Amino acid sequence: MEQKEFVNVKNISMTYHTLSEETKALNNLTFEAKRGEIVALVGPSGCGKSTILSIIAGLIKPTSGEVSIDGKKVEGTNKKIGYMFQSDHLFQWRNILANVLIGLEIQNKVNEENVTRVTKLLDTYGLGDFKKHYPHQLSGGMRQRVALIRTLATEPDLLLLDEPFSALDYQSRLAVSDDIARIIKKEGKTAIMVTHDIAEAISMSDRVIVLSNRPATVKSIYDIKLTCNEGEEFSPIKCREAPEFRHYFNNIWRELDVYVQ
Amino acid sequence: MSMFNKSKYLNDTDYSPSHKEFLKSVGQYKLKIKLFQVGILVAFLVLWEVAATFKWIDPFFISKPSSIFNLIVNLSRDGSLFKHTAISVTEVIIGFVLGTIIGTSFAILLWWSDFVAKVFDPYLVVLNALPKIALGPIIIIWAGAGMRGIIVTAITISLVVTILSTYNGFKEVDSEKIKMLKTFGATKFQILQKVVFPSTIPNMINTMKINIGMSWIGVIVGEFLVSKAGLGYLIVYGGQVFRLDIVMAGVIILAVATALMYQLIAKLEGRFVKWR
Repeated sequence: MEQKEFVNVKNISMTYHTLSEETKALNNLTFEAKRGEIVALVGPSGCGKSTILSIIAGLIKPTSGEVSIDGKKVEGTNKKIGYMFQSDHLFQWRNILANVLIGLEIQNKVNEENVTRVTKLLDTYGLGDFKKHYPHQLSGGMRQRVALIRTLATEPDLLLLDEPFSALDYQSRLAVSDDIARIIKKEGKTAIMVTHDIAEAISMSDRVIVLSNRPATVKSIYDIKLTCNEGEEFSPIKCREAPEFRHYFNNIWRELDVYVQ
Repeated sequence: MSMFNKSKYLNDTDYSPSHKEFLKSVGQYKLKIKLFQVGILVAFLVLWEVAATFKWIDPFFISKPSSIFNLIVNLSRDGSLFKHTAISVTEVIIGFVLGTIIGTSFAILLWWSDFVAKVFDPYLVVLNALPKIALGPIIIIWAGAGMRGIIVTAITISLVVTILSTYNGFKEVDSEKIKMLKTFGATKFQILQKVVFPSTIPNMINTMKINIGMSWIGVIVGEFLVSKAGLGYLIVYGGQVFRLDIVMAGVIILAVATALMYQLIAKLEGRFVKWR
């Protein structure tokens, strides 16, 4: 079970149409993610990374190709998927608890059991004292953690993270990415993360997929094996000190660099 | 972060001398503003009274505060003031509530269907630019020369503004927030209910603030045209018989009524938008 393919992205292409032109965003993309893995997609900005996540989430249909999750073809949105955005998108008129419950509310699953579970999540991840606070009273890093718990509340098996830390300042970014990677591992979720931060991708994920410029194709795939997790709890910040880190970084950087010119 | 520091402000003995000094100066400044606001009004009334008494100005055309005050007292004694005010206020409230409900419903329809929005766009633009007061006589003939005609006039004046500004408010809702709800599998109705409507509430309250004024315009114009009672009637009647004190009294009561209604909506804003 552990190493079975969980998400299968097969030959997807995507073309956007506007009145003046058509733009090919994705070109014959294929990759997969195994259960419990964090997979990072890195690529130059504007190469269509977010489009890939939208397709996996079933928000938009690819022009060709197909995506399957746990053996089932993706058609429309799927309750097994949790999506996390660049901004936290917390509703400022709801307090933290009500914000976190929004997904369950949409799916008509607000019951005592679920509320207790979500409350426990807030407690576990240091937000227990802020349930009745409003979003504007929280720091950026805390808000992003709330956003993750909102995503986890509906118990998705697969998390899609769309540059979830890019709205944060550098220090919070390190701290929150550490927190969030740990939460994902602890809750046993599979995650596909889009980022343009190479270091973040290497330190957090099990696999890094490098994409080319638009129209995006898979340029290469790196299995990340860092000697940093022995016996201790998973910590991406510590993984940045692993001896192999620099090696991966340089390779991926060089690969992206070719396409900048 | 203000919540975290709240306990600090519960006890003023905790304040440092410089903070006390600061609070004192803020308080004094506010008091000064209040004094000037009241002072200007009092000075204006006194000057008016004196000028009319010594015939610097002709009290026949301009009246004077004391006779306006006496008139208001007399009119309230025989109950006719309350009757006129109550009629106008009732018309305004009915016009305002119906205008807001119909306008918001129409805005929802436009948001729901992009096709409908595109089809109606040119009509709304023209109707918005048209001075609705010009429709007054037509409305009175169609809807009847009574309270009904007046209310319809009030609705007509506020409706298009309500539709356009509420619809624009709906469209401004962050599309990423809508996408976020979609990832949970939200239906269109849920999107409206959970994000589009609540995030447009501040915008809707602003529209209401404008509309309360619009409804008053509609009601006064309607009353000018047809009525036998109401503040608009009182004002027109006073003008026709050259009783400027009646006109002024009508205008003053109108100003007080409008201000009170505006305050009521401002209160509503405080209740609904407390998270700001």
